[in-house]
Amino acid sequence: MSDLSCTIAGIKSINPFWLASAPPTDKQYNVERAFEAGWAGVVWKTLGENPPVVNVSSRYGVHKDRNQSVMGINNIELISDRSLEVNLREIEDVRRKWPDRVIIGSMMAPIDEQAWKELAIKIANSGVHGIELNLGCPHGMCERGMGSAIGQVPELVEQTTRWVREVVDIPVFTKLTPNITNILVPAEAAMKGGAHAVSLINTVNSIVSVDLDAMAPTPIVDNKGTHGGYCGAAVKPIALNMVAEIARAEDIQGMEISAIGGIETWRDAAEFIALGASGLQVCTAAMLYGFRIIDDMTAGLSQFMKEKGYRTLDDFRGKAIANTVDWNQLNMNFDTKAFIDKDSCIECGRCHIACEDTAHQAIVIGDKGDGRRDFTVDNDECVGCNLCALVCPVPECIEMRPVDNGLPPLTWPEHPANI
Amino acid sequence: MVEKPAYPANGCTLSAAQIETNFSDLHKPLSATQAISAADSCIYCYDAPCINACPTSIDIPTFIHQIKTANITGSAETILAANIMGGTCARACPTEVLCEQACVRNHTGEEPVQIGALQRYAVDHLMAKDAPHPFSRAKDSGKHIAIIGAGPAGLSCAHRAAMLGHDVTIFEAKAKPGGLNEYGLAAYKMADNYAQREVEFLLDIGGITLEYGQALGQQVSLKDLQTRFDAVFIGVGLGDANTLNLPGNTLPGVENAITFIENLRQSEDKSELSIGSNVVVIGGGNTAIDAAIQAKRLGAKHVTLAYRRGEAQMSATDWEVDLARSNGVNIELWASPAALNGSAALESISFDSMIIEGGAYKKKGEIFTLPADQVLVAIGQTLSTSELQGLNIEKGKVVVNSRAETSLKGVFAGGDCIASGEDLTVQAVEDGKQAAHAIDQYLSANSETRA
Ligand SMILES: Cc1cc2nc3c(=O)[nH]c(=O)nc-3n(C[C@H](O)[C@H](O)[C@H](O)COP(=O)(O)OP(=O)(O)OC[C@H]3O[C@@H](n4cnc5c(N)ncnc54)[C@H](O)[C@@H]3O)c2cc1C
Ligand SMILES: Cc1cc2nc3c(=O)[nH]c(=O)nc-3n(C[C@H](O)[C@H](O)[C@H](O)COP(=O)(O)O)c2cc1C
Ligand code: SF4
Repeated sequence: MSDLSCTIAGIKSINPFWLASAPPTDKQYNVERAFEAGWAGVVWKTLGENPPVVNVSSRYGVHKDRNQSVMGINNIELISDRSLEVNLREIEDVRRKWPDRVIIGSMMAPIDEQAWKELAIKIANSGVHGIELNLGCPHGMCERGMGSAIGQVPELVEQTTRWVREVVDIPVFTKLTPNITNILVPAEAAMKGGAHAVSLINTVNSIVSVDLDAMAPTPIVDNKGTHGGYCGAAVKPIALNMVAEIARAEDIQGMEISAIGGIETWRDAAEFIALGASGLQVCTAAMLYGFRIIDDMTAGLSQFMKEKGYRTLDDFRGKAIANTVDWNQLNMNFDTKAFIDKDSCIECGRCHIACEDTAHQAIVIGDKGDGRRDFTVDNDECVGCNLCALVCPVPECIEMRPVDNGLPPLTWPEHPANI
Repeated sequence: MVEKPAYPANGCTLSAAQIETNFSDLHKPLSATQAISAADSCIYCYDAPCINACPTSIDIPTFIHQIKTANITGSAETILAANIMGGTCARACPTEVLCEQACVRNHTGEEPVQIGALQRYAVDHLMAKDAPHPFSRAKDSGKHIAIIGAGPAGLSCAHRAAMLGHDVTIFEAKAKPGGLNEYGLAAYKMADNYAQREVEFLLDIGGITLEYGQALGQQVSLKDLQTRFDAVFIGVGLGDANTLNLPGNTLPGVENAITFIENLRQSEDKSELSIGSNVVVIGGGNTAIDAAIQAKRLGAKHVTLAYRRGEAQMSATDWEVDLARSNGVNIELWASPAALNGSAALESISFDSMIIEGGAYKKKGEIFTLPADQVLVAIGQTLSTSELQGLNIEKGKVVVNSRAETSLKGVFAGGDCIASGEDLTVQAVEDGKQAAHAIDQYLSANSETRA
């Protein structure tokens, strides 16, 4: 077994997998079940000032693929709707029972120094390992001036982070909203405010579907709907990019990242770690399949590390950062061509029609003579866009093969066409 | 997924309820969940081989894509636009030698996409909706077409001709429409009176009049129709059945399989039909298979299908032969009927054992006998030519040119009575559709209208 233990913002964790602040971490019962299943930590469901919020009925919407698999869900839930005292008592109890597991207290408050500071102190006193600032919730709470309403204003990100830093001596995680144009701006603000780490992403503002009978966006609350927060597998590409942007930004070198967004499998986890994440948080995947998914997340990650010869997570953490560059640094002289393996080709024609209609007319249909078809790439026309390989239904049937054209590496700034 | 039928055990006969189960759908219709996962296995091929393998060229990838997008009515319309009897074809086509055989999934050793079952799913959805007929008629052409025979060929021709703006009168010898859909296809393929429901649906286009009890050569003559109508289409199928030219072939108990199936299809209560204890079916095609399986499901204790050659020479598909075996039909190969024995009624049947020697089939010189109180003869149907005088007929089929026109001007033909392809429902539907277009062209070329 590879060593999955790690340290995130100074907090030791038996593996990198925490549950993100959300319904799976809403109360003691869920959290203990998660710990029994093997999760290393939880970010408790976001706590606010008393009186607790009130939620509506009908809360989640879904975006499915045609095979009825969930690509993403959105939600219009608010923060914890149970009293602060009950939550804190439960946190204390779980901390005592599960000494080797991590609990982070998530919080939000209106823009008021005293409110932030008092709440942060109360939560810290329950014995949590760290505090996460929820500056991301893009629905409901933002209409009350909290969540993404704070996260979208860099000065407020910095200020709330600083307020919390000033009153607690445990690590502070600032959780960022993806509903901004440049993630580096709030990340830098969090750093200026003194955050030990940034957690990202929170949910993406969304309408997942419109009910065409009710003529209302889903989820529908008595004939009306509102925009909600989108998460799950579909947001992983957005999260990966934002994590990478922060990891490779020179101005905020050293900022630790607790990566969140669409992590469903060990492979997703490994990808985030390769882009520099110190730890990982999961919400939707647990909501869809239950806490048991942790088994394969840890086993798969160990297996991957064993095969690659990585003993610890640090052995490959951030390994993909150096290869994540600006477009201007790409080699314009690199050439790759599609190659169709005729033995595994099933003659479906998908590559042909994709290239013919929308790419470069580089796949020619021939006749094998016995009524069967034959597909060949015209290398002179192929620009190496990968589209055919992406649409091919047979694994490894279309391979993109780099060709040696004898030309030296050349970037766009150096390119003769760039005058 | 074949439903478990009941067979007689320990000398008991089947109950009416068991018989009803035995003749309900052979394949249960797909549920919505099953349809989605079946549709998902379709790759959405470009210029898909399955389309070419369908005699009516249904745009299969498109209709399956429409099931995936939950546009199931649109999916049914895609099917029906190419094949107005897509519902029957979904139930009766030997897909294992048509579309599903061409599915590219076969190349990887996977199961092909369940095209037939998906087609049924879509068409059933549309027909259950009680929505207006999906197709509309072009502007009235003022032309009137006579169609002889309300089988798949005639009905398909009628529907397409009506769509193209022509009026149609169908002359049908029998009391019901549908042809072999109503009288010939196995009962478990056409459960719940499907043939009649489909005809009603098809007639909803309007402009089609059906006259029953009107047989060509008896109540109506071709000459008369040629003068009264702007064009004539003949879709009479194959009206004669071959008989066994053997001593004893008139003994009670010897029956043609076509008549047996027709009686079964038409009976109100199948448990009242009499069935032998030892039934022997003669033949190697799908009629023989259907007769044997239905005899078994009706409660026959022993059913043997006897064929004079080997399994490879049978015209029934492998799938059909397997279905017969799994229904408990004993298959006796290389057995050529020699005599039908019995005094007052049939008691047994004797066979010559056959061999193949130097490419020729020969009697081995051995005779064996099977007990039989019922023999069902399924050795082929032929064209009934007496009513088709004046038409050029070759090799037992009406001769047509590439525009479906017979040797008589303005007289067209299609379906089993011509040599277009295999004698299958789907081919008859295609013939009728193509003939309607040919007639349409013929009519606009000869646009001087009759008085
Ligand atoms: C027992 C059996 C089982 C079969 N099973 C299948 C199957 O599972 N799948 C499949 O694809 N195919 C099957 N077939 C073949 C299929 O039924 C035929 O290919 C198809 O019905 C041909 O259509 P058609 O319109 O040409 O002829 P038919 O269906 O035979 O229709 C001809 C119509 O013309 C009428 N008619 C005949 N003579 C006259 C006349 N003189 N005047 C007026 N009307 C007349 C008849 O009453 C009938 O209504 C089966 C055939 C048989 C016999
Ligand atoms: C129903 C629901 C409620 C959530 N509530 C909170 C919350 O109270 N506080 C918070 O910081 N994030 C909340 N989130 C966001 C998640 O913590 C997480 O950032 C997001 O779902 C992306 O991760 P995922 O793709 O693994 O789900 C919630 C998400 C869901 C689905
Ligand atoms: S890589 Fe792009 S251009 Fe080349 S054959 Fe494939 S689709 Fe066409």
